Amino acid sequence: MTEIDVELNGETRQIPSSLTLKGLLEHLELDPRKVAVERNLEIAPRDGYDSIRIEAGDRLEIVHFVGGG
Amino acid sequence: MTAQTQDDAPLVVAGRSFNSRLIIGTGKYETYEQNARALEASGAEMITVAVRRVNLSDPSQPRLVDFIDPKQYTFLPNTAGCFTGEDAVRTLRLAREAGGWDLVKLEVLSDPKHLYPDMAETLRACEMLVKEGFEVMVYCSDDPVYAKRLEEAGACAIMPLGAPIGSGLGIQNPVNIRLIIEEAKVPVIVDAGVGTASDAAVGMELGCDGILMNTAIAEAKDPVRMAKAMKHAVIGGREAYLAGRMPKKRYADPSSPLAGLI
Repeated sequence: MTEIDVELNGETRQIPSSLTLKGLLEHLELDPRKVAVERNLEIAPRDGYDSIRIEAGDRLEIVHFVGGG
Repeated sequence: MTAQTQDDAPLVVAGRSFNSRLIIGTGKYETYEQNARALEASGAEMITVAVRRVNLSDPSQPRLVDFIDPKQYTFLPNTAGCFTGEDAVRTLRLAREAGGWDLVKLEVLSDPKHLYPDMAETLRACEMLVKEGFEVMVYCSDDPVYAKRLEEAGACAIMPLGAPIGSGLGIQNPVNIRLIIEEAKVPVIVDAGVGTASDAAVGMELGCDGILMNTAIAEAKDPVRMAKAMKHAVIGGREAYLAGRMPKKRYADPSSPLAGLI
C-alpha cells in the first residue's frame, strides 16, 4: 500500500494514499460527529467528508471542544 | 395585599432565552465528571468551551461532549489563546462546524501576565465575526466607551471583566460596570474576576444581566458546592436588584416602634 505525507495537527504523518476525509478519520479512530476539520486553511464541511480526497502535502487541523473559560 | 411578586423574566441573548443568569466555564476541573456535576448544581444552561487540536496519539482520551450533552446545554465556544481577529475567525469557523451553531464568545487577549483584552483588536474581530453571521458575546475591558463601540459593531452581549481572569478578586470597578449597564441595550454579563458568592451577588445587584465564571467554581475546595452557592448568589443578587435596595443612611433608625413603650 502506498503512503503519502500530510501535515496533521502540525506534525508530518504518513497515511495510506487515496483516503477520503471520512476514511482518514476512521483510520485515526476519531468519531466524525465529535470533531471539525480544516483542510489547507478551509473548513471541510461535514457533509463533504465522503467526497473530500486527502492529497499529499495537505495541511489538516482536526479539532474538538475541550474545557475552557 | 399586593399581587404576588412576579417571577423574573428570562435572560435573552441573541433571541435565545435562559432561565439561569449564570454561565459557567469548563476549564480547570479535575475531571469532566466533576465538571458535569458542578454544572448540574449551578443550574447554568450555558457553558463556555475551548476549541483545541484532537490528541491524535491517544484518540481514546475522555471527551467533554461525552460528559456534557450539547443538546441539553448551550455551548459557547471561545477564542481563548487568539491574539488577532484572523485567529479568532479561524477558530470560530471550526467551532461552528463542530457544533453547528453561531453563538460564540469572543476574547482577544494581550499580555499573558494580566490577560487583559486587546480592545482595538477585539473590536476589529467582532466586526469580522458579525459580518460572517456569528452571534458574538464579547469579553471586554470595563471601559464604557469601548462597550458602546462593541454594541454598535453588532455584539449580542457585552461581557466586561470584573477583575483579571482567574484572579478571584471580585468586581474592582463597580462604577464602570454600572455605567456600561446604563448605556447598553444588549445584555451585560460580568465575565471574569468573581472569587466567591458575594462577588457574584454584587455584580447582579449592580444590574448586570448575568455572570460568567470559571475558576471561582473549578478551584474551590468543593467545586460542586460552590456551584450551588453561585446559583443562589446570582438569584439573590438579581432579586435584590429588582426589589430595589433601601437608601443608605448615616445614622441608626430603629426597626421597632418608639410609641407605646411601657
